[in-house]
Amino acid sequence: MDGQFWVVVEHWKGRVSQITYEALAVGREVADQLGASLHAVLLGHNAREFVPTLGKADCVIYIDHPLLSEVVAETYAEALVQLLKEGKPRGIIFPLTNVTLGAATLLGARLRLPVINFCTDIQFAEGRLQARCVLYGGKIESRVAAEREPAIFGLWPGARPAEKGFSERHPLIEEFDMILPEPAIHLKKYIEPEAGDVDITQQEVLVAVGRGIQSQENLHLAEAVAKQFHGAVCASRPVIDQGWLPLSRQVGKSGATVKPKLYLALGISGAPEHAEGMKSAALIVAVNTDRGAPIFNIAHYGIVGDVLEVLPALSKAIESRKGVGSHA
Amino acid sequence: MNILVVLRMVPDVVEELEIAPDGKSLNLEFARMVLSESDDHALEQALLIKIRDGGTVTVLALEAPEVDDALFAAMAKGADRALKITGPKAGVTTREAAHIIAGAISSEPGLKGADLVLTGTQAINDLDGLMAPMLAQELGLPFLGIVTGLIPNSSARTALATKEYPRGVRGEFEVALPAMFGIQAAEKPPRYVPVVKVRNVMKSRKIDCVSLAETVEPGFPLLQVLEMTKPQATGHAEILEGSADQTAEALCTILAERGLL
Repeated sequence: MDGQFWVVVEHWKGRVSQITYEALAVGREVADQLGASLHAVLLGHNAREFVPTLGKADCVIYIDHPLLSEVVAETYAEALVQLLKEGKPRGIIFPLTNVTLGAATLLGARLRLPVINFCTDIQFAEGRLQARCVLYGGKIESRVAAEREPAIFGLWPGARPAEKGFSERHPLIEEFDMILPEPAIHLKKYIEPEAGDVDITQQEVLVAVGRGIQSQENLHLAEAVAKQFHGAVCASRPVIDQGWLPLSRQVGKSGATVKPKLYLALGISGAPEHAEGMKSAALIVAVNTDRGAPIFNIAHYGIVGDVLEVLPALSKAIESRKGVGSHA
Repeated sequence: MNILVVLRMVPDVVEELEIAPDGKSLNLEFARMVLSESDDHALEQALLIKIRDGGTVTVLALEAPEVDDALFAAMAKGADRALKITGPKAGVTTREAAHIIAGAISSEPGLKGADLVLTGTQAINDLDGLMAPMLAQELGLPFLGIVTGLIPNSSARTALATKEYPRGVRGEFEVALPAMFGIQAAEKPPRYVPVVKVRNVMKSRKIDCVSLAETVEPGFPLLQVLEMTKPQATGHAEILEGSADQTAEALCTILAERGLL
């Protein structure tokens, strides 16, 4: 194997993750720039059925091993350490999701390879592999070059449309046997989320609150507006971590992905972890005191102001238009 | 259970961030530094375990602006010992920090032998990798990240850890100890500590220091930052200007035109 560029396939609970196809789309572009072949690295157990869906790659490297039936970062890293004795790709893309997070860094640390995190784009330019990265909660972008190869890239969701990572082609398959050590970490079981009182993925209007709501006592302001829209209140991570709303109301990387007709983002900065779950909403309106908050880059309309002032004003304005008192 | 918590200071993103004249780094001179959010959760998780099962909590951080405040606050919350590694250069990367911290843990007698090593699962500036898996590799420990619950079993030398997955799914893992965990969120929100209690701790307790000279820095750069910029938005919200009442009214007009009101 030579002149290759690799994409690590993320699959979880019997399905290839959407981000895998996004990563394949990026990987295809980089491989073409390098004049290299694109290899999808499929680590799993009884996962051969996924191979035909990976035709964007020229070849699928498939390792079947019982210890790879679930994603455990150290086992994934060990499998890749062994694979890298067989082949020397120019770079490796890892999906940066809760499923795979940590495996890229572990691999980089084990082999002293460059790791570039939070990538939104990867290119071969000026003779080097480069990435564009989003840092500091989306407030800073950075262009970074790898000083050594293979370079390891952690790719944020949304770098390309997943559709660009599909192909009707049938990739070649290369299979390798390997002996993997028993890890010190074992998955005992999955715990499915308890059904919430409201399914936020089914709402046409979502009133989303973030840190700007300041306290649990202020949530009634958002609930009043949600009620006026016949919608529901949801939240970004800090509000859930504070225990102000249940996990079933979380939008973003660890929570739900929502696509309502209207998403009111109130006091939410718009960090990539949250944006991942709501950027496909038909209409996004953001309220934030910070004019430079990243949420304004994905919102259609914005109000630079204090949520605690805007919410009552909005409720009052809606009430006067509807001509009925609807405060909770 | 002896628990070691690695804390890091990061620029407060609520404040305006300024890019340094070199165009490749942040200007940290005027940046307000705060404890990395998930590190605060790591500390809280350690304190919850200590309250539940006993043991000790040691907090460890690299020297940085405002770090003393964070370390004293950690002791005021219940940490038994605070330790600071002095002398790192400004703007040290995550990878360099992990190497320095691992060196301190290996060389400082009081830091060796922790049953649990905790830190935040991810910091906002982890450009060249995540701290927890880096440290796990350097220390030869098993690693699990995105942890939201941790129940150690000292007699079995294991811990039951809950990891967060997408769509609200969680995974329950059994982990052999000692181990390194990247904490996403503690089982309860980080506790509040009154300023007066922190001030009392500042008077009565001290932060132990380890000199960087006792550690070895990594020898080569693995990546190069070519430029740092404010995001160039592909789109930007149309900002509704005016008072709260005026902007609310303008928004209602837009929503009504779209049939949403």
